[in-house]
Amino acid sequence: MPNDTPLLSLEGISKDFYGNSVLADVSFSVGKGQIVGLVGENGAGKTTLMRILFGMPVIAETGGFGGSIKLDGQEVFFKSPFDALDAGIGMVHQEFSLIPGFSTTENIALNREAMKANFACDIFGDRMSVLDRVTMRGRAEKAIKRLGVKLDPDMLVSEMPVGHKQFTEIAREINRENVKLLVLDEPTAVLTESEAEILLKSLRHLADQGISIIFISHRLHEVTTLADSIVVLRDGLVVKDTPAKGVSVRDIASWMVGRSVEAKRTDRSGRDIGDEILVFDKLWVDMPGETVKDVNLSVRKGEILGIGGLAGQGKLGIPNGVMGLYPAGGSVRFKGKDVPLNDPRRALELGMAFVSEDRRGVGLLLDEPLDWNIGFTAMQIRGDYLRSYLGGLVKLRDEEALKKLSQEYIELLSIKCTGAKQRAKELSGGNQQKICLAKAFALKPTLLFVSEPTRGIDVGAKELVLQSLRHYNRDFGTTIVMVSSELEELRSICDRVAIVDEGSIAGILLPDADISDFGLLMAGEARKEAADAKA
Amino acid sequence: MQKLKEFVTDFGLPRIIIFFFLIGLFVAAPFVGVRIDTSISDVLNRFGQNAILVLALVPMVQSGCGLNFGLPVGIIAGLLGGTLAMQLGLSGWLGFAGALAISMPFAILMGWLYGQLLNRVKGDEMTIAMYVGFSMVTFFSILWLLLPYSNPTMVWGYAGQGLRTTITLDNYWGQILNNFLSVRIGESFFIPTGMILFVLLCALIVYLFFRSKTGTAMTAVGSNPDFARAGGVSVDKMRTISVIVSTMLGAIGILVYQQSYGFIQLYQGPLYMAFPAVAALLIGGASVNKASMVNVLVGTLLFQGILTMTPSVINSVLKTDMSEVLRIVLSNGMILYALTRKTKVSK
Repeated sequence: MPNDTPLLSLEGISKDFYGNSVLADVSFSVGKGQIVGLVGENGAGKTTLMRILFGMPVIAETGGFGGSIKLDGQEVFFKSPFDALDAGIGMVHQEFSLIPGFSTTENIALNREAMKANFACDIFGDRMSVLDRVTMRGRAEKAIKRLGVKLDPDMLVSEMPVGHKQFTEIAREINRENVKLLVLDEPTAVLTESEAEILLKSLRHLADQGISIIFISHRLHEVTTLADSIVVLRDGLVVKDTPAKGVSVRDIASWMVGRSVEAKRTDRSGRDIGDEILVFDKLWVDMPGETVKDVNLSVRKGEILGIGGLAGQGKLGIPNGVMGLYPAGGSVRFKGKDVPLNDPRRALELGMAFVSEDRRGVGLLLDEPLDWNIGFTAMQIRGDYLRSYLGGLVKLRDEEALKKLSQEYIELLSIKCTGAKQRAKELSGGNQQKICLAKAFALKPTLLFVSEPTRGIDVGAKELVLQSLRHYNRDFGTTIVMVSSELEELRSICDRVAIVDEGSIAGILLPDADISDFGLLMAGEARKEAADAKA
Repeated sequence: MQKLKEFVTDFGLPRIIIFFFLIGLFVAAPFVGVRIDTSISDVLNRFGQNAILVLALVPMVQSGCGLNFGLPVGIIAGLLGGTLAMQLGLSGWLGFAGALAISMPFAILMGWLYGQLLNRVKGDEMTIAMYVGFSMVTFFSILWLLLPYSNPTMVWGYAGQGLRTTITLDNYWGQILNNFLSVRIGESFFIPTGMILFVLLCALIVYLFFRSKTGTAMTAVGSNPDFARAGGVSVDKMRTISVIVSTMLGAIGILVYQQSYGFIQLYQGPLYMAFPAVAALLIGGASVNKASMVNVLVGTLLFQGILTMTPSVINSVLKTDMSEVLRIVLSNGMILYALTRKTKVSK
């Protein structure tokens, strides 16, 4: 790069949320007209970093950040997104922020409309001026041309295909006179392949005009083709900052997921791994944000099967669909019997249990005591913890038995609480998670689905939760299907790990497989490679 | 001191204030010429009359359907039971039991239909329920005229058809529960033992119901419907059951109320019966989706106590008869107060 001072440089950025560090000493710089690809797993800190850059109020509300941001060599401090806009930083979000009933021009010029004065302005002031549609249109056309795409300036946003919406959004950002840096958060996630290609081309076009771009994407091949340099974030650290030349998708994948910790293969000896116990055939689940399209998978008796993948690819939809919580179709066979879908009760009665990822929403009765939380499902499904009176005519809750049960699990899982009668909402996240596990254990299931068991809980509790799953599997031979976004966690306790991509299983790996293989599957690159090989 | 504080937070400051206000009224009563013994009898009587109607709200509160402003649905089932039993000429204990028995099928049917409706309007139950109550009352105002009742004590004398607005229960089952095992001391002190016992029995049954498997599921549905569904409980079914139970209790409640009052009130009678019940429950410390037997009993006692005492004491002080006005101001004021006091639970 010819410039001596880069356009933007981040120096030692660090940020923690309530003591939970998400970014530590992140430094990299973006030169003028340069495209930087920013990649990392979910939760690596990309979004937080961009929020800091953009001066989002949430950052200041949670205690600000460390380090400094320099724009054109000058240290800047944005109090709000408006400051960032004024300084020439544009942001295109994953979700569109367009007004559907407005035309392309109106959306592009929104809040920066050209005005025409008329006689009323002389009396009432500038507020009476009207829109200068000709100039607005001219500016919009200029922005569209700069982008190098074809876009009808008069089309309503509500009638546009997704790709055009994305272009409109970008055009709006570059319509600003002083825009120097454009941040794109997963701009291609909603686009078709051909649309994405056009977008990449126009981004290159913009960069050639001297606009710098930070490009965030999970589609690694896009990053390798488009970016001039690549920054890889992992767990809040910059693990790699390298020119894009000569970097392969495989390299990035392994940097993204690679961890220093070696995968601990669980010991297979002394454990009885049997035949197929659960078979999915063409399962689809309509879970918003986690759509499952076509899952074919079989689970063996007594194993711990991990299901991983990036957020939104459908891994969470699998257990939710089988347990009847979201509309599902296809066939699921459990112990040779068909599982009726969309019927939570039957699924539970067949001996499956589910620890939901939505702990507070689905997993707990926040306003009820712990013993209810633990014993409820077992009571409803198996008729446990009921005592008969009047010769079986009346069955009432057996408070004694419930209390005993919860005491047992409170000790077993070392749940920190004041007793069985404490209300669930008063516990911390990790202890709430243990209550959810206890609820599932109390059902004595043959097969246990565990969804994101360690989300939002601290490290110590994490280890305890994983430990108890491992022990439960070993001691009772319970088959466990664990869904998690944390690959390392899956590799540390699972016998096999299936990776979900775009609603179906991209591949199944052993936990000690090469990390880059996991990364490739997660980024959907393995399929592409296979397709390329065929072609 | 610590214990006192705990007690206050546990019992709720509003209830303690109302309690002391009530005590104050009792203390003030003799000085303005209101007899204490009459007052206590009145309070006990009104407590017995209203407690089951308040109790009828509990199942729907617990299942997350909110406060049953559609209580008139249950009341109408009770009225049907009462009038039909009279029409059949049943009197005394047989008459009261008959009225209960006849009202139950109506309550179950109406409750089921009402429940189906409420399941389609989740989130807006209370508003919808209020209008269900209003329209049922109006609809039955027509039916009371048209149904072929013929018992001369019930129909309009001049036309020979159509039910009267108030029907006396004198020769049927008026006061039958009140007089059972009743205690009378002197001229004006009377304890309606039978009715109080009946109320406690009903409260016990509801209490036990909520300790059953179904009752537990119902509470869970009210607490977190998603949790209940994930636990294999049919949310809609539980809600329907709660509405049916609530309607049945409403029917029983009005029959108990009327035997003590001595009259069956038809037409617009049931229109506003839900409001005092709701106020009593809320004053008893219930929230929109949690209610207990203690809330019911304490709430009814406090609400009815205030409602009995305030007008008579103030009347005597002011030496004019404005008890009816005071009663309306008070009861609606209490409802308003109670509704602003309703506590939210976390989701």
